Amino acid sequence: MNKAKGLLKGNLKQSSLLIALVAIIIFFQIVTKGVLLKPMNVSNIVFQNAYVVILAVGMLLCILTGGNIDLSVGSVVALVSAFAGEMIIEWKWNVYVSIFLCLLLGILVGMWQGFWIAYVRIPPFIVTLSGMLVFRGATLLVLNGLTLAPFPDNYLRFSTGFIAKASKIELLGVNVNIVCLIAGVAIALIFCITQIISNLNRKRKGYETESPLMLGFKLVIISTALIYFFTLLAQYQGIPTVLVILGILLLVYSFFTTKTVIGRHLYALGGNEKAARLSGVKTKNLMFFAYVNMSFLAAVAGLVFAARLNSASPVTGDGFELDAIGACFIGGASAYGGVGTVGGTLIGALIMGMLNNGMSILGLSSNLQRVVKGLVLLGAVALDVISKMNLDLLHRHKKVTAVTEKG
Amino acid sequence: MGNTILKMQSITKEFPGVKALDQVDIEVEEGEIHAICGENGAGKSTLMNVLSGIHPYGSYEGEIIYKGKVCHFHTIKDSERMGIVIIHQELALVPYLSIAENMFLGNEQARSGVVNWDLTYQKTSEFMKMVGLHENPRTLVKDIGMGKQQLAEIAKALAKNVKLLILDEPTSSLNESDAKNLLDLLLRFKKERGITSILISHKLNELAYCADKITVIRDGHAIETLVKGKDEVTEARIIKGMVGREMTNRFPPRAHNIGDVALEVRHWTVYHPLFADRKVVDDVSITLHRGEVVGVAGLIGAGRTELAMSIFGKAYGAHISGELYKDGKRLELHNISQAIGDGLAYVTEDRKGNGLIVTDSIKHNLTLARPEFISKRGILDKDLEVHKAKEIRELLDVKTPSVEQLVGNLSGGNQQKVLVGKWIFAKPDVLLLDEPTRGIDVGAKYEIYQIINDLVAQGKAVLMISSELPELLGMCDRIYVMNEGRMIAELDGKEASQESIMGCIMQDSKGEIGA
Repeated sequence: MNKAKGLLKGNLKQSSLLIALVAIIIFFQIVTKGVLLKPMNVSNIVFQNAYVVILAVGMLLCILTGGNIDLSVGSVVALVSAFAGEMIIEWKWNVYVSIFLCLLLGILVGMWQGFWIAYVRIPPFIVTLSGMLVFRGATLLVLNGLTLAPFPDNYLRFSTGFIAKASKIELLGVNVNIVCLIAGVAIALIFCITQIISNLNRKRKGYETESPLMLGFKLVIISTALIYFFTLLAQYQGIPTVLVILGILLLVYSFFTTKTVIGRHLYALGGNEKAARLSGVKTKNLMFFAYVNMSFLAAVAGLVFAARLNSASPVTGDGFELDAIGACFIGGASAYGGVGTVGGTLIGALIMGMLNNGMSILGLSSNLQRVVKGLVLLGAVALDVISKMNLDLLHRHKKVTAVTEKG
Repeated sequence: MGNTILKMQSITKEFPGVKALDQVDIEVEEGEIHAICGENGAGKSTLMNVLSGIHPYGSYEGEIIYKGKVCHFHTIKDSERMGIVIIHQELALVPYLSIAENMFLGNEQARSGVVNWDLTYQKTSEFMKMVGLHENPRTLVKDIGMGKQQLAEIAKALAKNVKLLILDEPTSSLNESDAKNLLDLLLRFKKERGITSILISHKLNELAYCADKITVIRDGHAIETLVKGKDEVTEARIIKGMVGREMTNRFPPRAHNIGDVALEVRHWTVYHPLFADRKVVDDVSITLHRGEVVGVAGLIGAGRTELAMSIFGKAYGAHISGELYKDGKRLELHNISQAIGDGLAYVTEDRKGNGLIVTDSIKHNLTLARPEFISKRGILDKDLEVHKAKEIRELLDVKTPSVEQLVGNLSGGNQQKVLVGKWIFAKPDVLLLDEPTRGIDVGAKYEIYQIINDLVAQGKAVLMISSELPELLGMCDRIYVMNEGRMIAELDGKEASQESIMGCIMQDSKGEIGA
């Protein structure tokens, strides 16, 4: 009985986030008189938020290492898209080579910042504040203050294209993209089957399993949501290419954070750096990795965003770091580090994205939108902090004892 | 003596789901040292929090009568105004402020908001002299040792014009001589200034040394009050009251099966990581045999922790030189994960600061040092992890319904078991235990000793650093004595005594001064 309670409690935080997201969707669906979930708008939401999700996943890893943030991501996005613009538009280089070089540039930027943070031990806030200025300035130098446009089609399709756009058929009187529909059903099926297999495996090995009722309930809800989402996409142009990129990134990082030893070390580092070090965790290398990874993902986001704007502009990415950080914290990451999930971050990003989109449909001024988003961020984190007052006290306590070491 | 300064009558305090105090009565006379003891979780600290207003009036039942008046303290300020000052186990000093700034924190020597620094420093010096703290009042608190910080806390209490001083485990992080110093200070205050003290402590020999009365609390009840000179006040007697049964043997018996040399350290020298010319460990050589518990005695600052940590994959120190042999083979350790891989384990003295991730679950803490035991090619098997964590929980009898529980929610004794369990999970051959029973109660200590015995019975070697001499004498086959970074003596466990160990240290320190 107690165990069930504990499990419920553990899941409650994730699910309360999910409930908040669903509530926001329903609210805007009603007040926008159904515009929010129109097939075209759903596609738009995917395009609008792809870069936030990509950045937020990278930011999550940084935050996990101990509440550290990366302020430079907006500037890195700009720098990478500027280079993409120069290489592809100005110098007419091969698109694939250019993409590869841009990703490499992201990694180099990450190594630069990671070096100062991890090995010289300069606080990340300062290093990335410097990076924010340096890379913004570099962007302006590269572009000479000008905007480059447009990109060729073979570049754009990576980000703004659709998969098998032409495979349209008439189904129940609606024009739908059949590839998209099949993909949706297939993904839902694969999800259910892997869940059931892993549950059976655990049973066979004699480990604890979820009750079949709970499992069934979970599977039905998630499959329905997945299929509904793909049905909406199918009624428009099909699966956006960027959704595939996003899906792969989310799967990889979710696996990385929950199932790998290095992922586990990341949480340990944020939970208690000294304890992690004394347990053999290579804390410096891990910190370095987190920042290299962040800039790599910023480069991915830069490529995606340049394609969406179909231009490379010096003001690209202004304020992106704040969207990414906000998504992580709304998604339940701890400002002290060591707590947070990829799933939560995705939901956090979607909550921000839905608010953005819904308020835009309603025609609210962007000034007002900022006020609302700011309050939502504060509200989400405040709720989190209040709900685990006890834990928070422990944390602070830990920080105090850490400095009053015996002499 | 005679006047009753404090009377707490039928105090009952409930937390959600637990009755922490149940009809507790306690009477303290003016000018006495009144000790309160009991196991962890018995309700000692809760009682003191009620007294000092941390649990405000109204959140508990019962009456507090102080100096003949019924008092309703709503905040800690209320009780301080009446001269009741509490010093917590975890010191409440700000590390990056000076001693003087800390001393008058919240009580600044100021006129209309402007601090008079000359007066502050002058007064601080006076109070520091009273407690025998010889430091510059401008020194930052982080730069003075634990013992001195404790003195600074007491000086701070004096600055508040204290009449009733409450100390919660004041000596838990002090070594024997600092602890004695502190107790002597309390005795002096009693004689010279008539300050009444309430002393909460686990260390029974200290209570016997300085307390006039001892109230034993068990499971939220005041069991009995022993009066010095009237009742029999011995450790055995107090332990009986605390645990409700006679504990004839505080150290579990162990068969002595000493095997081959497991770890040998030769000419080990370590320098301070920041002050490059300061030798912290100076040419130390030690041997550990399989099946043997070897103690390291010494004052705080003798270099014991530094020795253990530097052996453990250079976790501490700079310019480390010397040789390390395990099972006769030379070891070259460059980092901690190598040390773990070669079968070493270091169980830290600071379990919350350096040992555990209190915000994470028991299972994650248990497996942190050796994730390779629950993973394949870097991919974790979480079911196996739960399974292994449960095994360790059973083995060490960690009292918790679930291994998903956050470590921060456990009692001190159970946290310590998780910390030890984490290193048992790592399957080491040599365990370096640094203060393995710090701040845990008698019952939990006994269980830790039992675990140590089981480990050596399996042929592992244990190095045990402790500032509690009775513990070293009770547990160790051999005892090394360290002073100022050097190994000054090696004593046989059976022949050594508290006097002989302290004698070695005194002798050595004297030689130092003479030279």
